[in-house]
Amino acid sequence: MSKVTLSDLLPLLPEIILIIGAILILMYGVFSSREKARLNEIAMGFSLALILLIFSMTILSWSSGSIESELFDGAFVLDMFSSFVKCLILFSSFFCLLMSVDLFKSEELSNFEYPVLILFSTAGMMMVVSSGNFISLYMGMEIQSLSLYILASIQRESLRSTEAGLKYFVLGALASGMSLYGISLIYGFTGSTNFSAISRLASEFHAPDEASLGLVFGLIFLLAGLAFKISAAPFHMWTPDVYMGAPTPVTFLFATASKITSIAVLIRLTMSVFPVMILQWQQILIFLSLCSMILGSFSAIGQNNIKRLVAYSSIGHAGFILLGLSAGSQAGLIGVLVYMSIYTFMALGIFSCILAMRRGGEAVESINTLSGIAKHEPMFAFLFATLLFSLAGIPPLLGFFAKFYVLLAAVGSHLYGLALVAVLSSVVSAFYYLRIVKIMYFDEANQESFDPISSIIHVILLISGGISLFGFAFPRPFMYIVKTVVLSFL
Amino acid sequence: MTEITLSHYLTVAALLFSLGVFGIFVNRKNVIVILMSIELMLLAVNINFVAFSIYLGDLTGQVFALLVLTVAACEAAIGLAILVSFERNRGSIAVEDINVMKG
Repeated sequence: MSKVTLSDLLPLLPEIILIIGAILILMYGVFSSREKARLNEIAMGFSLALILLIFSMTILSWSSGSIESELFDGAFVLDMFSSFVKCLILFSSFFCLLMSVDLFKSEELSNFEYPVLILFSTAGMMMVVSSGNFISLYMGMEIQSLSLYILASIQRESLRSTEAGLKYFVLGALASGMSLYGISLIYGFTGSTNFSAISRLASEFHAPDEASLGLVFGLIFLLAGLAFKISAAPFHMWTPDVYMGAPTPVTFLFATASKITSIAVLIRLTMSVFPVMILQWQQILIFLSLCSMILGSFSAIGQNNIKRLVAYSSIGHAGFILLGLSAGSQAGLIGVLVYMSIYTFMALGIFSCILAMRRGGEAVESINTLSGIAKHEPMFAFLFATLLFSLAGIPPLLGFFAKFYVLLAAVGSHLYGLALVAVLSSVVSAFYYLRIVKIMYFDEANQESFDPISSIIHVILLISGGISLFGFAFPRPFMYIVKTVVLSFL
Repeated sequence: MTEITLSHYLTVAALLFSLGVFGIFVNRKNVIVILMSIELMLLAVNINFVAFSIYLGDLTGQVFALLVLTVAACEAAIGLAILVSFERNRGSIAVEDINVMKG
């Protein structure tokens, strides 16, 4: 083993600063004698600044070209792919914090630890994305999910929030147990936990079915555990309850950053560690994708709670992402990255719409409360409708292009049946998105308007709605970045 | 006398692991039992790791097992903490009482 100097740790700098910063904020909260409201403001301000700093560092390291490095015998890998995914994760955790600024001032959600836990889970996600070893992968996964369990139940006084936390904890622990069992089998049958060593060994198989049964079983367990985390059917049962019970900004984090992390792991495992075993993992991914798309579109129809509806829609979107991944090609990977980025933007808007739904100081979640809201709040209704059209995948909104690239990749890999199911389920899901639009615009307004929407939520809504509306006009730079990432990864 | 080989260890681990999984799904009584089942799953994995580590003559598995132990401790702590705050709101920790949200 070679000596490690301090300057070799440079690629790890963002994570180090993030963790130390989070610990410092936590310690300040413990030892400071300021009053609570002031303390919360400081914690939130510093956390936002910290995430911005890490974000700019990630972008900087990308543009300075000092990328593609390995640390600790390949346990930590920094490449363009991981930087791209980290940018998405940091983006969503930044906006998660920003969304919660107003809630954080009110009594609803005023634990000092809240921003600190978001920082810790972000650090865990960043570790997961750039892990090159099953040990660092598992540890990162646990840092992420342990913080998320607490975040789901952060409203200690609320029965719904603690129940959501409990459900998320039990099923999350089951999922990580399953992936860990898979990891142990993979370790036993390959003799290493290092990704590059395992992929070297796997590439020596002459035929795809030469992989030993133990290795295949390990892979299946690992994929099942990850499917839990991205809430792909049939491992989705926790999603609606947890999305409904957890505070809305945290739900946004579940729907974007946490999913993106697990999908990044899936991508790394399938495309770079086990590309030889495509026959085995492709079948699993096709099955997961099929179930998620069908379930996501049909179960959401009867939902009356907007957060449950978004939960089912996110299951459907996970199915689309898995569709791109199961194509197992370069085009598929491009489709998945595009889909993840666009979905993050759209989810940002949808969740800030949900946050804006407040009446008399209380959050309302029933879809019927939206009836005729277009008369009172024309701007809100317009942006909400735009985002819903975009989620439904109606051109020329951004959501259409997400689905388009994924479908293109599926057809390119001759998965015609799956692509057909995807199109049909997209039609079915359009029904429940458009139902909300119909309720907002054509139903009788029988209730008074919402509470005035805070300026922060307004700005986030404008950004997200604007990107969904006009994003199609400027695809070049974004597609260029995605293509470079994919080319460097494969 | 039959020698205890790798496959024996793996069988025990697999049995314990499935016991843990069934404990989570079949158990209708108490959330504490679910927490115990989760621990059982993680410990079954540890048996796997150590057995493989000895069999392969590679220390990585044992290092991994130690890390899994620490994670299991954290998980138990957080699980119990969430359970306590749930109990304060609901007044019960029976599995059938975790039913406020449905649909």
